Amino acid sequence: MNLTVNVVEENEKSVLNVSGEIDAYTAPKLKESLLPLTKKEKNKVEVNLENVTYMDSTGLGVFVSALKSTKENNSTLTLLNLQDRVLRIFKITGLDEVITIRAAIRGGNE
Amino acid sequence: MCHFHRTFWTTSVNKKILPVIWLLGGIEMEELIKLHAATYKELLKNYVDTQDERALYGVEKVTKAFIKENILPEEIVNLHIDAMEEVSTKLNKDYKHSMNFLLEAMISYGLAMQEIQMLREEKHVLESEISVAASMQETLLGTTKPSIEGLDIGIVSVPAHQMNGDYHHFIKGKDGSLGIAIADVIGKGIPAALCMSMIKYAMDSYPEESMSPKSILKNLNRVVERNVDPSMFITMCYAQYLPSEQKLRYSSAGHEPGYYYNAKNDTFKEIDAKGLVLGVSPDSEYSEYELVIEKNDMIILLTDGVTECRDGERFIESQEVLSIIRKYAYLPAQEMVDNVYKHFERLQDFQLRDDFTLLILRKKV
Repeated sequence: MNLTVNVVEENEKSVLNVSGEIDAYTAPKLKESLLPLTKKEKNKVEVNLENVTYMDSTGLGVFVSALKSTKENNSTLTLLNLQDRVLRIFKITGLDEVITIRAAIRGGNE
Repeated sequence: MCHFHRTFWTTSVNKKILPVIWLLGGIEMEELIKLHAATYKELLKNYVDTQDERALYGVEKVTKAFIKENILPEEIVNLHIDAMEEVSTKLNKDYKHSMNFLLEAMISYGLAMQEIQMLREEKHVLESEISVAASMQETLLGTTKPSIEGLDIGIVSVPAHQMNGDYHHFIKGKDGSLGIAIADVIGKGIPAALCMSMIKYAMDSYPEESMSPKSILKNLNRVVERNVDPSMFITMCYAQYLPSEQKLRYSSAGHEPGYYYNAKNDTFKEIDAKGLVLGVSPDSEYSEYELVIEKNDMIILLTDGVTECRDGERFIESQEVLSIIRKYAYLPAQEMVDNVYKHFERLQDFQLRDDFTLLILRKKV
């Protein structure tokens, strides 16, 4: 299964639309697109995970390093529209308390 | 032009191939190649004369032998050119030019083949290094399943690849308590395995009885946060069984929740524990929880390799894991975990995507 990532740049905001599965094989692709965005000073990065059907712990690793990078660069990271299976692993790992997640909001980010 | 090419390639090919031949077994190998070359010529002559299919079958065998001896494709074309000179006197100029053209075209294939050969050798070296590392890891991280009066323990831990990123450890306290750690490094393979050694040695350095689950996790979190790559972190559940009080005290750092089986009501309940994974935030605090354990109750701890395994495209849900545990619950704990693993291993399209660790404790009295 593949992963597609596309970036939409808006005013002071970058939206990353991700779809597919995030695992050990596809995570590097996500990291390549996501990390540079968080390195832009004061950038607001939103990741739309609406079409992500599966994510394993390697995917969490990508978001953790993105989170650390936002702290170093005064940027922000928000995850949007997570499917239940994906949201579950953020909850189990406690990462939902350190990463901003807006799970239930649908539409408006397309 | 055409002559220049042929001489050029014959010599350069010899230079390349000779050291290989010597390495592989000296003169004998050289003789063998000559023999195969002669067979090739014979078969070719036979085929040109008769178009007998047996010659085609024969050349297939010779080619396989050439491959074994690392003969490059351009050398075979070269051999073919020489052989044709002997086989037929009717070769025209265009044919000869075309064969030199083909020779040139084969060179890249030859280079690619040599590269594959080299990669194969390198892979072999790496594989044996990894297997040394894997057995070293086993020694370093080894833990013995303790025998504790009144407690039946079963553990199975299977790596998805050579090295295991899961970790479990038993620490028997002088007061009769039992400490159990189960952990999963995020990130797979060798870096994960190396990281586990760090955890183990950090834990070994803590004075055993003075530490409660929550302070063990708090301390480990600091170690991990300072020492690992930002994209790596560890989930861990640390539990302490206190036989004198019939209690299990535990804390979790973002670890896949385990299950508590209540024998009296015959029910499974998810072991609820909140806590951030190790290595993300330097000052995480962990909560501590308690469970009262009675006769025949079970504690089931696992890693997400268990709940993340798939049968083809289908995920195995935790309810399914529990129903399998229930199925084998009449067995001693070790046989239970072995059978649960075997059950999943037998599924037709089962693929272990992550390391798999399952630990069961049952209070016998």
